Amino acid sequence: MRLKGKVAIITGGAHGMGEAEARLFAKEGAAVVIADVLQKEGEAVAADISAGQGRATFMTTDVTSELAWDKLIATTIATYGKLDILVNNAGISGSSVGDELALAGWERLMAVNATSVFLGTTRAAAVMAKSGGGSIVNISSIMGFIGGADSHPGYSASKGAVRILTKTAAVRFGPSGVRVNSVHPGFLPPMLNNTNADGRASKVAVTPLRRLGEVMDVAYGVLYLASDEASFVTGTELVIDGGYIAQ
Amino acid sequence: MQPGKRLTGKVAIVTGGASGIGAETARIFAVHGAMVMLTDANVALGESVVHDIVAAGGTAQFSQHDVRSEERWSSIVAATEASFGRLDILCNIAGISGRDPTLNIQTSLTAGPRLAEQTLEQWNLVMEINATGVFLGTKAAIPAMQRAGGGSIINISSICGIVGSHANAAYHASKGAVRIFSKAAAIQYAPDKIRVNSVHPGFVDTPMTKPGHSNPDVARKRLEVTPLGRFGTPADIAAGCLYLASDESSWVTGSELVIDGGMTAN
Repeated sequence: MRLKGKVAIITGGAHGMGEAEARLFAKEGAAVVIADVLQKEGEAVAADISAGQGRATFMTTDVTSELAWDKLIATTIATYGKLDILVNNAGISGSSVGDELALAGWERLMAVNATSVFLGTTRAAAVMAKSGGGSIVNISSIMGFIGGADSHPGYSASKGAVRILTKTAAVRFGPSGVRVNSVHPGFLPPMLNNTNADGRASKVAVTPLRRLGEVMDVAYGVLYLASDEASFVTGTELVIDGGYIAQ
Repeated sequence: MQPGKRLTGKVAIVTGGASGIGAETARIFAVHGAMVMLTDANVALGESVVHDIVAAGGTAQFSQHDVRSEERWSSIVAATEASFGRLDILCNIAGISGRDPTLNIQTSLTAGPRLAEQTLEQWNLVMEINATGVFLGTKAAIPAMQRAGGGSIINISSICGIVGSHANAAYHASKGAVRIFSKAAAIQYAPDKIRVNSVHPGFVDTPMTKPGHSNPDVARKRLEVTPLGRFGTPADIAAGCLYLASDESSWVTGSELVIDGGMTAN
């Protein structure tokens, strides 16, 4: 088992990519705290993992709240004794905030997708530094690298913020043994919820490997970065996109 | 697939397998169930690594290999298919630093000749082994991987393929070539399910870097710019190659995996 004895927090773990990561981490031996605003879904995932001999608990968490982060980290340490891994997976799409040019939408995207990562990374790193180190994995996007015609400017900006915040944190916390890396998924079905069949087909057509991603494609990359196999990897961008931004 | 074995049933060619990153990658691939064709110019060292892998219960064969020879690439790919039935993975690890043996690394911070003193012969040698070797290997592997229904090609570039330094400019150029060649190959052969990615090690302790890292001034300066505060090990790089070789990364192509302790993030 590749995460034996490790304790991990996964935000946005109630469904989609975060759920896949939570299940994979538990299977690889980690105790997992699933943090999400979706209480019913998150509790169901935690219960399912526990029924299958894994260790998982759920905590209702608004990742934009500093108080919520303090409580999440304190409860994790009270429950499992330490914190080794944080996956900042919680995020919202550009289409979820409506008008692309309204200030409110921009602020909402920055709060949920970027400010949350700042809060989680800095608070978790402080705790990890005291225990000798840890691994933080921040989910950015290919939209953190490129401008997409269909991408909400606030979504792209928030993902670009995650990309470079990650490097800053890697340099700052590296001497304490805390690794911080970003993952950049391409087009996955969970991100295309509001896209019709023609829209999905057009995303497949522009992806060199000629398929959309699956949540496990991302989860395995996150597992690599979380595990000790990546103990010399920090400040790195892991692009998992079927080749989209290589062209 | 057996639990914990991530390359069961796969066949891999690993170049530069006699020492350093190549030897460790070949070992880890074999531990994870791959059948390995280990190649290197150094016959005695290469055969001894194969001997160790087989003694530990793995499957491996050795082929002497000058990666600059297109004919030799053809015969090694053919021998791999004849021995192991297919080709799934090619790990292009063979490379040279281009260090000028007349320069004393023990007293100098740069391992190579400066640009104005670099001869065309020195430049060509580094480019031929580090860059042309990767082109020839990728070219030779593609038909075999098409026959296998897909594959994964892993090209070892370097942080020197991303940033500049006082080190040998030819080394930088060759590693930059590997970086962007990998993306071009990834796009061209993605429809055949052949993935091509580059790995960018930072300062790793290997026989190639030993002359530099045994100089305390060089070692100190390199550690100062590495946020994690240590040199990498061949196992650090081999673990990244394992991720890219396995089906866990089946949607990863044209990517750059930087394994450098945070050096280029700074």
